[in-house]
Amino acid sequence: MDRALTLRSTTVGIKAIMAVTGAVLFGFVVVHMLGNLQLWLGAAAMHDYAVSLRKIHGVLWIARAVLLTSVIAHAASAIALVRRNNAARPVAYKHARRDQATNYAARTMPLTGIVVALYIVYHILHLTLGVGVAAHDPQNPFNNVVHGFSDWRIAGVYIVANLLLSVHLFHGGYAWFNSLGLSNPRYAGMKRMFAVGLAGLITAGNVALPVSVLVGAVQPTQETFCSPELGPCAAPAVEPVR
Amino acid sequence: MSKKLNLTLHVWRQKGPTVAGDFVKYAANGIDDHMSFLEMLDVVNEGLIGKGDDPIAFDHDCREGICGSCGVMINGVAHGPRKATTACQLHMRVFHDGDEIWIEPWRAAAFPVIKDLVVNRGALDRIVQAGGYVSVRSGSAPDANSIAVSKNDADLAMDAAQCIGCGACVAACPNASASLFTSAKISHLSLLPQGGPEREDRVRRMVLQHDAELFGSCTQHGECEAACPKQISINFIARMNGDFIKTALTANSSLKSREGQ
Repeated sequence: MDRALTLRSTTVGIKAIMAVTGAVLFGFVVVHMLGNLQLWLGAAAMHDYAVSLRKIHGVLWIARAVLLTSVIAHAASAIALVRRNNAARPVAYKHARRDQATNYAARTMPLTGIVVALYIVYHILHLTLGVGVAAHDPQNPFNNVVHGFSDWRIAGVYIVANLLLSVHLFHGGYAWFNSLGLSNPRYAGMKRMFAVGLAGLITAGNVALPVSVLVGAVQPTQETFCSPELGPCAAPAVEPVR
Repeated sequence: MSKKLNLTLHVWRQKGPTVAGDFVKYAANGIDDHMSFLEMLDVVNEGLIGKGDDPIAFDHDCREGICGSCGVMINGVAHGPRKATTACQLHMRVFHDGDEIWIEPWRAAAFPVIKDLVVNRGALDRIVQAGGYVSVRSGSAPDANSIAVSKNDADLAMDAAQCIGCGACVAACPNASASLFTSAKISHLSLLPQGGPEREDRVRRMVLQHDAELFGSCTQHGECEAACPKQISINFIARMNGDFIKTALTANSSLKSREGQ
């Protein structure tokens, strides 16, 4: 208990918590992106993917619990540190301090973090729960995505949010090594390449999906699906009597 | 051949710790470009004293870049525009005739202003007091080279030991964190065999003291490394973090219980 308190009550320890929870969320983003690329394999693949996630019932909820805990711990740590850091310089420089080394990603971490948090809420409401989406069909995640991205405003939200997510992931992926003390001077130069590469790949995948729908490369399907794992099926369409 | 510069200074003037301060404009005319930045301030102060005004208070001692006493924000940059250079080693030739120069003290909750450009950097001393030492038996000096140290470790320890404790890392950090200072003072001892026995306690005590002094946290901007007149690497912060996390998770007994013995 004493050891955990030492971590939670020090700047170094709180950063370590942020690094570990950030790595969990980073890992999720990678897996989530890879799963979503199945949009290009067609509606059946997306449906089967959704079913397979439900089939491992307990695991899905354990994963959700771990992710939610990580998000809360990550955000709470961030808030605690931002408050502390603001208090560490109560009187600001009157002639503004000029940045010499930092970059846009590092400076905007709290801001991009807030945007990503809001985006997660919107994303779950839009595609997981289908709140306010008239044609939302739990049996057909493919069409839910394609219908959503057909609206350029929704696609725009996803594209902008994912670009900001990549900015957040870049600095997170870079700072992760130092926060946990895993930075070996021999590999110091590779941290930036690692962060750029991973953040770039995730963004490329996540942005390509809405773009491919917007340009018409992916069209909605006429297929219907029914798997009990995804909830009750819609009533079968009745053939009009001639 | 020396040139003469005519400059406009905006210097932070503050009578005491509890009094509000502000920039005051001074003309610094006929400044020789071979002067150091502090010599330029000396010339301005001579003029002020001649007029019966209060001279500008600024910290200085060795004036050869090794004591860490001097240090001010010059146009928003700690120690001014030249890399790896303390304010005392900054020469006026880096400025141009007609330049306006803003001179402001370090700003941090842990560095209260004493007067004008002088801040109290006692917080850094207390971090060192918390663990920045090695305990050795007294008596005759040990034989030279009786303890083998690898060249790599010796070089790294010397890199960290370059820290002169000027506080520029804190002043330049967007979070007013003293992580670079603390990590340098931990690393230059912990990298050597002589610092080994106290390695765990040292990192715990010094990180806890760093936090108790109200410094901010490290968010890996790299501003400290860029501002450091001794070019201490931000990798020492990573080393400190790794040591601290390992110690916090694996130490056999808590610091308090050991202190009680």
